[in-house]
Parts: sequence; C-alpha cells; structure tokens
Amino acid sequence: MTAGVTIEFSGLTKTFGAVKAVSDLSFTVEPGRVTGFLGPNGAGKTTTLRMLLGLVRPTSGTATFGGTAYRDLPTPLATVGSALEAASFHPGRSAANHLLTYTQAAGLDRERVQLVLHRVGLGAYGDRRVGGYSLGMRQRLGLAYALLGDPRVLVLDEPINGLDPEGIKWIRLLLRELADEGRTVLISSHLLSEVQQSVDEVVIVSHGKLIHRGSLASLDQSEQKQVIVDATDRAGLAAALEAAGYTVSALRGGVLVENAEAADVGRIAFAAGIAVTALSQKRVGLEESFLHLVGEEGAL
Amino acid sequence: MSRFGGALRSEVTKITSTRMWWILAIIMIAYVAVCAAGAAGLFGALGESTNGPSIPGDRLAPLIYSFGPTLGYVFAVLLGALATTNEFRHQTLTPTFLATPRRGRVLVAKLVALTGAGALYGVLAMVAAVGAGGGLLLAFGVDPQFGDPATWALVGRSILAMALWSAIGVGLGVLVPSQVAAIVIVLAFTQFVEPLLRLASSFAEWTAQIGQFLPGAASDALVGASFFSLAGGAGGPSLEWWQGGLVLLGITVLVSVLGWFTSWRRDVT
Repeated sequence: MTAGVTIEFSGLTKTFGAVKAVSDLSFTVEPGRVTGFLGPNGAGKTTTLRMLLGLVRPTSGTATFGGTAYRDLPTPLATVGSALEAASFHPGRSAANHLLTYTQAAGLDRERVQLVLHRVGLGAYGDRRVGGYSLGMRQRLGLAYALLGDPRVLVLDEPINGLDPEGIKWIRLLLRELADEGRTVLISSHLLSEVQQSVDEVVIVSHGKLIHRGSLASLDQSEQKQVIVDATDRAGLAAALEAAGYTVSALRGGVLVENAEAADVGRIAFAAGIAVTALSQKRVGLEESFLHLVGEEGAL
Repeated sequence: MSRFGGALRSEVTKITSTRMWWILAIIMIAYVAVCAAGAAGLFGALGESTNGPSIPGDRLAPLIYSFGPTLGYVFAVLLGALATTNEFRHQTLTPTFLATPRRGRVLVAKLVALTGAGALYGVLAMVAAVGAGGGLLLAFGVDPQFGDPATWALVGRSILAMALWSAIGVGLGVLVPSQVAAIVIVLAFTQFVEPLLRLASSFAEWTAQIGQFLPGAASDALVGASFFSLAGGAGGPSLEWWQGGLVLLGITVLVSVLGWFTSWRRDVT
C-alpha cells in the first residue's frame, strides 16, 4: 500500500481581469478513491488543477497536498503525478528522451523511463519522435509522465479524451488499480458518462463554483429507478412481474420494469421459476441529474 | 545529485535530444569556413599586387579568424533563443515547471547549459575559421601566425563571446516568447539594424562613444579583431576586450531579468 495524501482546496479563487474563472472553491480529495472533477467546458476545471500544481497563481485561497503547496514539495514528481494536456511535447524529441529530461530534472532513477513506457503500452515506441504519435499515444505518453515518479497522488486533466475504446477500458482498469493501491486519484472530465464507470466520488463545478460534492450514488437523486431484465420466457417473466404489481413495458432486448430494484425483480423471477438471462439496474437519474446541476450548457 | 545539477542535466538533454543543435552547427561551420577561406584566398592573392586593397600580413590572420565569432554569433543567439521559445511554443514549460517548480532554478540552469552549448559552437566556429582560413593563408604563403600566442588568445576570447551570445539568446527568448518574433528580431537586429547603427554612430565623436556599447561592437571589442571595424574606416573608439565581455554579460542579465517578470514567472495556461 502507498500512503495516501489528501488534496485540500480552500477558498480557491482566480480572476482573469473581470472574469471570475474559479470562485471560492473548497473541497477535499481523499486517498484510495477515484474522484471525478466534473463540469462543462469552461467551468474552471483546468484553471483549478493548474493552480493546484503551482502553474497558475491563485487570486486568493490555497490548494495543497496534505497542507504543502506544490512548489514546496521536496520531491514533486515522486509525490504528485500529473497529465494536463495532450500537446506538451517537442515533436522532434523521442518519447524516451522526453521522459528522460524530466527524470533528470526530478533526480529520479533513469530506469523509470522504460518502466513507465511499458506500463502505458508504449514500450516498443519509445525511440520514435513524438511528432509521429497519434492522439491516443500522446495521451498515453502524458500518463507515462504522470507515473514517472511513482507518485502517491495522480492529477489527470481529461485523461480519457482521444483514447480508443480499448484505451478507455485500459485506463479505467489502471485508475482503479492505482486507487486500490491507496493513491489519491483526481480526474477531470466534461462528460459524466465518460468517467461514470471509473469514479467513486464526484466533485461538480459550473461557472467556477462548486455545486455538488459526494459519492457517485449521491448524484442519483431520481425517484425513478428502472430495471432491465430478460429471460428466455419473456412473456412469463412479464406476467409474473405484473402479478407482483410492477409496471412493465417491452423493449427490444428484454423487459423494462419501472420503479424497481434489481434484487426484487430477480427474486420474483426466481419465485416464478423463470431463468433470468439479463438483469441490470438502470440509473436513469445520473446523467439527468448531472445536466440539471450544471445547467443547459452541460448538455453536450 | 543536487537539485540544480538535475535541472542542468535536464537542460543539456533538451539541447542534445533534438536535431536542431547539429543542423545549426553544420550550417554555421560551412558558412564560416567558406567565408574565411574566401577572404584568405582573396587577400592572400592580392597581397602580392600593388594596386588594390591590401592588409599587412600580421593583421590579416586575426581578421580572418575573427570570422568565427562575427559570422557565427548569430547561430549562437538563435540556438539560445530557440531553446527558450521552443518551451513556450510546444508548451513544455508545463512538464518542466512540474518537475522543477522553482522557476528561477530552471532559468539559471538553461542559461548555464546554453552558455556551454555556445562555447561548443565557439570551438566549432574557430575550427572552421582557423582551419579553412589559416590553411588558405598557408597556401598563399602568408604567415597564418599559428605560433603567435596572440592568435590563440583571440581564439579563446572568440569562444567566450560565442558562449555569451548563446546566453543572450536564452534571455531574449524569455523576453520575447513568440518564436517567430524572436527569430525575426535576432536576424533583423544582427544583420541589418545594428550594422546600420554602428555605421551611423561613427559619424560623430559623441555618437561613437555610445556606439561602442552596441552588442556587436562590444563583441568585436571582446574578440579583438573584426572586418567591420576595418570596413568602417579608421575604427572609432573601442572598449577593452574585458569591457566588451562585461557589456555582453550585462545584456544577458538585463534581458533575462526583464523576461523573468514579463513571461517566466507568469501563469502557465
């Protein structure tokens, strides 16, 4: 297990001229979990992360790692790994040399370069110049940079952007693995659906203000809970559910049960002696709640 | 490994891990060698005749060798300026400042690394100037003054000048982060604006006093010989060689400190 570090935002504010990009943001990000930092484009997510990493100076307030500001960390890359955008590379430099320059700057072991390249699946492409990399490969290289110092905290800005389906699956597993190792993982996204399968906690901002903070389930404020269920004997299943007092409707791939919990539906089918071939709870409220919270501009 | 040592090694790797440094070096070597050889051949051949310009033999060799810094310095400035403007252009300041959050440390490491690279350019430029120029002087029977300690002192001062010019380029790149703007300024100033200013300043006594502090003039003073002073006529007042070096060092500090406030310490977005 890696000792976790709590990220603490306190009254963080940034104004660009007359525009308040980030407004009095206060929340904490706990270790051992994946926290999604969500909000529509232009909500101030990137500015917030850049303030956390000492790249942008806050107008007021603080953002620290367990009380220590980024620039005061004795070993920054070994404490916090971050990937901010997919374009921070000199196109004429090889991926391995790109990583080597920062390995030297941070005083890390140069063997880390090949190690992280292999971990992100770029082991065979390390000697190629980054100019020839695809967007997905650049994302992976950005992640390799974040992992360079084997950090206890990961801060990733839109890490899923530009990844192919295989890459998305891969990064989800990786994030889960890192959080399970006790690390603090903070990822931003403008799409809830993109990270919904990866995150445990959500922090939602809109117009630079914090509007929701809690577990992923806490976002599901809908009274309406639906279950999708299917069986070889679909008609018998529907009849059994109707007999139990549920409203059902036929879908192409099964039966939609309104106002139901998956456990209850399963029990009814079992009692009726019907073998269920599919059973899942549909979180109707999640995306809707998110869009409701962030307003219309979140509807991308 | 001290933290500054790490930052310095990182800056050295940044220079050597792209093709820019040796492409610029090859162009510089070719340019200096061709010009030095051409001038040595021309004046070596004219040396015998009575009509036409002639330069005494003992003054010719240092003039030819000074092609190293006087033609090569623009390459050293470009190398330095590209080293910083590339960081802005490719947004690599973000990973750089994440690895080394103390930005002053990064800037000083970059200045030191590029001073070293500039010195290497100085060595290469002098190999080209002394090798090609001195070789042709020999071929025309003019003494290349290889045995004169003054020749080697000039070579040393030339290398120092090239090192300082590269550092000036770093500072300029911080002051003018736009790569295109920085390149245009370097080329326009060194190839056009400054030569005109130096010529103009030589028309009156008091302007000549100011003109000797122009960077190119200071560089020539540091090197100790230049075709420009020859072309400019009787050669007005000139700084001592060490004063010329101090002027270049002062310019480096000035542009770096100004750039620190205008760009380096600003938000990286």
